[in-house]
Amino acid sequence: MTKTEELAKGVLAGNRRSVARAITTIENNDPEAQELVARIYAHTGKAHIIGLTGAGGAGKSTLIEKIVKEYRRRGRTVGVVAVDPTSPFTGGAFLGDRIRMQELCTDEGVFIRSMATRNYAGGIARATKDAVKVLDAAGKDVVIVETVGAGQSEVEIIKVAQTIVVVHAPGLGDEIQAIKAGVMEIADIFVVNKADRENANKAVIDIQSNLQMNNKEIPWKPPVLKTIALTGEGILELVDKIQEHRCFLEGDLECRRVSLRTKAEAELIDAIRERVTGSLIEELKKEGKFDALVHEIMERKTDPTSAAEKLLKKAVRDAEA
Amino acid sequence: MRKERKIRVLIAKPGLDSHDRGAKVVARALRDAGMEVIYTGLRQTPQQIVETALQEDVDVIGLSILSGAHKTLFPRIMRLLREQDLTDVMVFAGGIIPEEDVVKMKKLGIKEIFGPGTTTETIIRYVLDNLPRRS
Repeated sequence: MTKTEELAKGVLAGNRRSVARAITTIENNDPEAQELVARIYAHTGKAHIIGLTGAGGAGKSTLIEKIVKEYRRRGRTVGVVAVDPTSPFTGGAFLGDRIRMQELCTDEGVFIRSMATRNYAGGIARATKDAVKVLDAAGKDVVIVETVGAGQSEVEIIKVAQTIVVVHAPGLGDEIQAIKAGVMEIADIFVVNKADRENANKAVIDIQSNLQMNNKEIPWKPPVLKTIALTGEGILELVDKIQEHRCFLEGDLECRRVSLRTKAEAELIDAIRERVTGSLIEELKKEGKFDALVHEIMERKTDPTSAAEKLLKKAVRDAEA
Repeated sequence: MRKERKIRVLIAKPGLDSHDRGAKVVARALRDAGMEVIYTGLRQTPQQIVETALQEDVDVIGLSILSGAHKTLFPRIMRLLREQDLTDVMVFAGGIIPEEDVVKMKKLGIKEIFGPGTTTETIIRYVLDNLPRRS
């Protein structure tokens, strides 16, 4: 058996060490990563994947700790991938989501992995969706992804999760924030956390009134729930709602088909983009023309789009020849 | 495709001790040196620390302790690491550890101990120079 076969076998058997190593392999983009994902892919698609997003400090990590505990009480196993930002200056990262979840860490039915974005845009890491596949293949019933503290446009999570919970806290913004496009549009469930604080009802009303402005007929109307993650208040109702959404997705076959198709399409496009641009840039750099054009851009002799055009025309000619 | 190997470090606070300024300073310094640093938070049991190291697949563990309980906690941590077959993880420690205990702690498999006054540069250099090789 090759090393990768052995690793895949370990993942499918739910071995914790194998799961951890597999995620590292994927994160580091090791040569075996692709084969590994290919080997486990057939065993994925069983877990319910939940995404939690929202501003930094809204209480996502603390909420997840409580959600996981509730799922464990209901006899489900859970995987968590918690994403924090990588420094654009040093490439380092401080991964601190786990601190709020350490009580869960010796429970064998729970696996938590912290992940740095490694400068991937959109609120998650490049490796997040494949790490989710590893946890899914390892037999976790539920996989929760915590995005980085997301502001307005970090919506990559829709390519990964089936149920998206957008977490707010009172005082973070008024009804003008609630009406904006982006994160506010992707929620299947809204949560106003820290509901014991002043203005919690105002936050709920801001979100609700924005939802009411939507006059399209939609099969699932996102509910707005209040929680106090620290005391656990409202968690039961939140997990019930998440389950309700899961049932809705399973029941509404058309909705499910469209969502599966959209995800598959997005994943394929991402994979193509990564392969094509990755190898193409390597090729172009080899020729030396790349550096020359970088200098021309720096000296304002040409603009980046025209330079790209020039390089690509040549690459296409070469491919055709 | 580009390989993106990163050094992953767990900074852990074993036992009943509420002072984590030092742990945070070291975590921050390693972050600024380009590493991915996971911090456990305060009051962790040996089981929690070892399980976290396993799930996070770290290359290095830094233990911070000021309570004086290192003689009880460190042997447990090192034993659990061996039991989980995490022998390729490099462990260093820092905090208040009396001179006469340093040799004993090193015998347990703790590679280095950094006392008060150690510069963050020294720790970064040490981690980079003593990084375990992975099979």
